[in-house]
Amino acid sequence: MKQIAIGILGAATLGLMASAASAGTLDTVKAKGFIQCGVSTGLAGFSAPDDKGDWQGIDADFCRAVAAAVFGDGTKVKFTPLSAKERFTALQSGEIDILSRNTTWTINRDTALGLNFVGVTYYDGQGFMINAKKLPGVNSALQLSGAAVCVQSGTTTELNLADYFKANKMEYNPVVFEKLEEVNAAYDAGRCDVYTTDQSGLYGIRLTLGSPADHVVLPEIISKEPLGPAVRQGDDQWYHIVKWTYFALLQAEELGITKANVDEMKNSASPEIKRVLGQEADTKIGTDLGVSNDWVVNIVKATGNYGEMFERNVGSGSPLKIARGINALWTKGGLQYAPPIR
Amino acid sequence: MQEHDMSWVRTEMALAQPAPAGVTGFSAWVRKNLIASAGDTILTIAGIALVALILPQIINWAFINAVWTGPDRTVCATVAQGGVQPDGWTGACWAFVNAKFGQFMLGRYPIEERWRPILVAILFVALLVPMLIPKVPRKGLNAILLFFVLPIVAFILLVGGMFGLPHVETSLWGGLLVTLSLSFVGIAVSLPLGIVLALGRRSRMPIIKTLCVVFIETVRGIPLITVLFFASVMLPLFLPEGVSFDKFLRALIGVSLFSAAYMAEVVRGGLQAIPKGQYEGADSLGLGYWQKMYFIVMPQALKLVIPGIVNTFIGMFKDTSLVIIISMFDLLGIVKQNFSDPNWATAQTARSGLIFAAFVFWLFCFGMSRYSMFTERRLDTGHKR
Repeated sequence: MKQIAIGILGAATLGLMASAASAGTLDTVKAKGFIQCGVSTGLAGFSAPDDKGDWQGIDADFCRAVAAAVFGDGTKVKFTPLSAKERFTALQSGEIDILSRNTTWTINRDTALGLNFVGVTYYDGQGFMINAKKLPGVNSALQLSGAAVCVQSGTTTELNLADYFKANKMEYNPVVFEKLEEVNAAYDAGRCDVYTTDQSGLYGIRLTLGSPADHVVLPEIISKEPLGPAVRQGDDQWYHIVKWTYFALLQAEELGITKANVDEMKNSASPEIKRVLGQEADTKIGTDLGVSNDWVVNIVKATGNYGEMFERNVGSGSPLKIARGINALWTKGGLQYAPPIR
Repeated sequence: MQEHDMSWVRTEMALAQPAPAGVTGFSAWVRKNLIASAGDTILTIAGIALVALILPQIINWAFINAVWTGPDRTVCATVAQGGVQPDGWTGACWAFVNAKFGQFMLGRYPIEERWRPILVAILFVALLVPMLIPKVPRKGLNAILLFFVLPIVAFILLVGGMFGLPHVETSLWGGLLVTLSLSFVGIAVSLPLGIVLALGRRSRMPIIKTLCVVFIETVRGIPLITVLFFASVMLPLFLPEGVSFDKFLRALIGVSLFSAAYMAEVVRGGLQAIPKGQYEGADSLGLGYWQKMYFIVMPQALKLVIPGIVNTFIGMFKDTSLVIIISMFDLLGIVKQNFSDPNWATAQTARSGLIFAAFVFWLFCFGMSRYSMFTERRLDTGHKR
């Protein structure tokens, strides 16, 4: 009611161009008592509604982690599903506080669009899925010469595909469709041997096929799609809170702090673990950031560490069963690396 | 030579005889409708063959093999797909619809508050049904309750934030709740507004006429998608930061104004069909402009354009699905959104969900269309040729 009244008032002053950013997202968020989080309109494993209508997935959980850091309560989040077209406007106009919507980090978005990406919560990239019955013995994308490839038209996927085959001097027959559903149906019906799109998407699509066991996702990744959350430019404090929430998730995994053992870990003998969990005397790590000193404890209690988040939503604990791959910690041969919390 | 007795006239009617066996009964119906000519016979055989080919499979898929309940995707997937069904199984996954039914109806409306939209639905049906049955008395009171009191009660119940009801923001609404509230408000606003616009367009007062023409032609010149997209993506950039003009309200206004413009043209078609003599007759009785319109012109004009009006209603009911582009999830939108839930991702999920959505849409559209035919027949006073 009040919002509507304000809205009408706002409409009356139309033409008054508002400045995109203003200081103090943290204060605004604390005042309203929740974080407004922009998610996708539905992407398996990243942000999708469960049976109760609650948002589940890595992107949704990341917002819960930020809420846990700020409020000590991971449930103080409201989700706004956004289409690809709306997402940047929603962040620029202040409708949402964090954009956590499988968005690829590019220089253009970081500069011209006025966003600040905080990190990469999921290293994605274009991959291939093949029908192993039609292409027996293929275990690398370099063996795909002459294959019929299903791809969605007008996407960067289509261009990457052409580049990759050209660079490797291979031939292919593109089978192009306008809509994703059509590509799925064509691939399931056997009109092509290979399906290409972002690798995380391939696992989701595989679940909907008639015989998933016949289909193999190849290891090659031919493009870089670093997906991560973004905030508005011009608010360093908020940017730091969101960025260090991400690093805290990684650091917790590196130190072996999990949702289950976080309370025991508080009494750990390791000075590093004590420091990270805010158990050192006179620690100011949390308060300097603008949150409480036990912020990492709150984050891990709400969502678990990064590894738990990954396995629960897209990994072995989910129907998608995506391997960690390059999303493993740097100590295990992956790319996920957090600067020290000290 | 024969002799005619001209004086004999039969005085009683001949008894009615039953029709010859050749033109009644099932066999005659078959002969007349199915095998009247060689062409008909071929079409009939082809039709029966087609039905015999498709129907068993549909029944098998939708009922016999279908899964009705279950906790997650495993019940709707074969062993090879990571489920429990035998290999080669295909059947409808109604368990998916079952598990998501609350969402399909009400969106992400908080579960503990769901009694509120359900109560509104009960009130709506309780007021709508007597309104639709001509024999039930007190139509005036009923209309006031349905079109003026119910929207206020529904607003208080659904939005909350007063009388101790917690506030539920419209971004959580979805499913059939959004479809029906958009169409009900759209219908309730667009018909009166459309009539006013149609009268304005035929008015002799130049300013009113110009305003109406400009409004109608502008709105009809822009696709609904553009209106919604502008309201959702452009408007926030012009508003001061932190001010968010409720998205649902934006969609409501957009849809209502949009269908009002179309309604105006439908009603104008009816007005043009009324002979000049009717206007002149009303004038000669000394009726004023509004009396003339209310008592003489409108009842005739609206009756003529019932099919057109209902056409617009049905079109609008289906157009509400377009709100998906401003990330509001009507019935179809929320069904499609739930395809992304990895816990229900199977080969059967999308098919089952879409068929459920199609069935619900069909129920409403078919209902509207049958009711409009009934009303046409009831109001038919000799114009039908």
